[in-house]
Amino acid sequence: MILKNQLTQTRAGWLFVAPALALIGVFFVGPVVASLLLSFTDFDIYAIGDLGTARAVGLQNYSRILSDREFWTALRNTFTFVVVGGPLSVMVSLGAALLVNVRLARFKGAFRVIFFTPVVTTLVAVAIVWRYLYHPRYGLIDQGLARLGLAPVDWLGDPHWAMPAIILFSVWKNFGYNMLIFVAGLQNIPEELYEASKIDGAGAWARFRHVTVPALGPTFLFVGIITMIGQFQLFAEPYVMTQGGPVRSTVSIILLMYEQGFRWWRMGYAAAVAFILLLIVLAGTMLQLRLQRGEQR
Amino acid sequence: MKSVTEGGAAGFGFTGPRVPDRARAQVHGRFQRRLAPRGCFVLASLLAVVSCEPADREITTVRFWAMGREGEVVQELVRDFERENPEIKVEVQQIPWSAAHEKLLTAHVGHATPDVAQLGNTWIAEFEALRALEPLGPWVARSSTVTPEGFFPGIWATNVVDGEPYGVPWYVDTRLIFYRKDILASAGYQTVPDSWDEWLAAMRAIKRRVGPDRFAILLPLNEWTQPMILGLQAGSPLLRNGGTRGAFGGPEFRRAFAFYVDLYREGLAPPLSNTEVANLYQEFERGYFAMYITGPWNLGEFRRRLRPELQDAWGTAPLPGPTGAASGLSMAGGSSLVLFRDSKRKPAAWRLVEFLSRPDQQARFYHLCGDLPARQEAWRDTALAADEEMRAFQIQLGRVAPWPMVPEWEEIAIRLQDETERAVRGRTPPDSALGELDRSVDRMLEKRRWLLSRRPRVRPGAVGGRG
Repeated sequence: MILKNQLTQTRAGWLFVAPALALIGVFFVGPVVASLLLSFTDFDIYAIGDLGTARAVGLQNYSRILSDREFWTALRNTFTFVVVGGPLSVMVSLGAALLVNVRLARFKGAFRVIFFTPVVTTLVAVAIVWRYLYHPRYGLIDQGLARLGLAPVDWLGDPHWAMPAIILFSVWKNFGYNMLIFVAGLQNIPEELYEASKIDGAGAWARFRHVTVPALGPTFLFVGIITMIGQFQLFAEPYVMTQGGPVRSTVSIILLMYEQGFRWWRMGYAAAVAFILLLIVLAGTMLQLRLQRGEQR
Repeated sequence: MKSVTEGGAAGFGFTGPRVPDRARAQVHGRFQRRLAPRGCFVLASLLAVVSCEPADREITTVRFWAMGREGEVVQELVRDFERENPEIKVEVQQIPWSAAHEKLLTAHVGHATPDVAQLGNTWIAEFEALRALEPLGPWVARSSTVTPEGFFPGIWATNVVDGEPYGVPWYVDTRLIFYRKDILASAGYQTVPDSWDEWLAAMRAIKRRVGPDRFAILLPLNEWTQPMILGLQAGSPLLRNGGTRGAFGGPEFRRAFAFYVDLYREGLAPPLSNTEVANLYQEFERGYFAMYITGPWNLGEFRRRLRPELQDAWGTAPLPGPTGAASGLSMAGGSSLVLFRDSKRKPAAWRLVEFLSRPDQQARFYHLCGDLPARQEAWRDTALAADEEMRAFQIQLGRVAPWPMVPEWEEIAIRLQDETERAVRGRTPPDSALGELDRSVDRMLEKRRWLLSRRPRVRPGAVGGRG
């Protein structure tokens, strides 16, 4: 009787999740498997015209990617963006969160809205504005530099400065989101901890180092992983602002994948790029989890 | 992601250097033209219905896709076509340039191609490779209106793949020099010289005159047309072995490339991409550059946007060549009309192609939107013949050459652009940039070599057309 009851319950459970499972199967698992298979073929524009011209090429796409200068350029650019832009973005977010959370601060709500505005504005629109800001002769930034007596920088035209310019823009665009998460984390820290440490004679820095940072641990993990995954998917900023240039100094892995897949219709190659990126992001996430766990022990 | 992609493509020309300028030019005058044709269209169809004698005559509906501005103005020509051919109704669908390529491709995959469409001639080889296009050889052979001799030969050639025509040129596009007469005159030149040596001397003279902050010529680094055109002028085939390997390391292209890269090295041209030039027309007014290589759509833009007092100070000139005027080739661009293989109304669609190719309709089309007629006869039109800036275009159109008609061309061209930029910015010596270019082009063409090697076995006797 009990057993039968359990069976019915199990069946009912499966029935309830079936629609969700079907959706995930059709719209997620299916395409992922299909693109994995695609990455072992040379499916391209000729194959769209005549499926018979698609060849199974095994791991050739992968080996070709690894010997392609373009890919290594894109990988290097993407890593620069992740390693420099990621921590910078998290630090700016934390700084902003601390600022808008200070008890003495006035108009907290207004500042939160202001800092969050870039996140909700259309990227293409603000990218155009930033392109004007970065303009070497008429841009506000270079005019400011000139006032300080510094030589103007051709931000988006100089291969050395284009990636820093993209990073700066991206940090400005995205820090508001993480700031909100940090604000939520900060508000969860009990006030008593600060009071107790104050009584024990801890200064502002010691309170930050030994109360705020440990208490924000889980928040850091979440923000870190989400930011890293987001940073690896760098696409729209270079696509709109530089189209990967100058001299391919801002081409990212996703931009390379987009070009190969939807511009040159080398679908097999593009699918292989996507899976390599998947492996990299997976490895990065595992590493962060491992580090965090080690720290907590 | 989707909206970002579309917005980006519309504004920044990911589909090639030609599109954004055109798109910008096409925004004007959209509104005033929108309403008028509709009303007339309804009236015309009413007339067509009324004048139609028996009701049992069957009406064929031809679906016609046209891009951007052309898609708007062609409605007016289509109205007359329907009046002449009451048994045919034409449904014009207007497609923005930025979405055109993807839309055509998805239509082909989904078996939803129109009967007839406007196609940029850079895309013809690609859509032929997809086996989407109807071979037009037999249609042209039977036609009394569409005769290859009537068109500019260099333009007709861009529609021919493996000996078979797949498109009929509709309007043409080429590149030549727009220049500031006053700046050239101040450096001692009445017009742009017609050989490379003198051209270079003129640019040096201008540079000496205008100083370090201004330049003799603007050659945006994110355009592949200029290095390609110079290569064609020097006699390079660009690709060799039937379009299966790169020929950029050959002596002809090397010569052109060295000439081109030196223009930046000497400071005659600024190493900029055109996204870095905030407002081209203002910069031309300010004399930031004295020459600029661009296409016919800028004639209207220069007339509209430059200050009135500068209107007499600019002109157009055919491109100089390595050994004088005759070698001053330019590229053969433009749009063609194509029929789709899947169409079930090809005869009616062909009638429309023939109608739009008539010299009188070509001249009318020019008056409607400023696109240059692909038919030489249409150039006898008085307005065209009398236009001073237009004369350079007519001369230039007699000296155009096609680039290799392979589906991979655009990808190759972008690689050319990247390697050119690398060399200009001093990242690699010009010769090793070209070596690298040939290597990557050979890699891109691997599939094509494989297809060609097996073609005789798969389709015996399929020389030229693949139908």
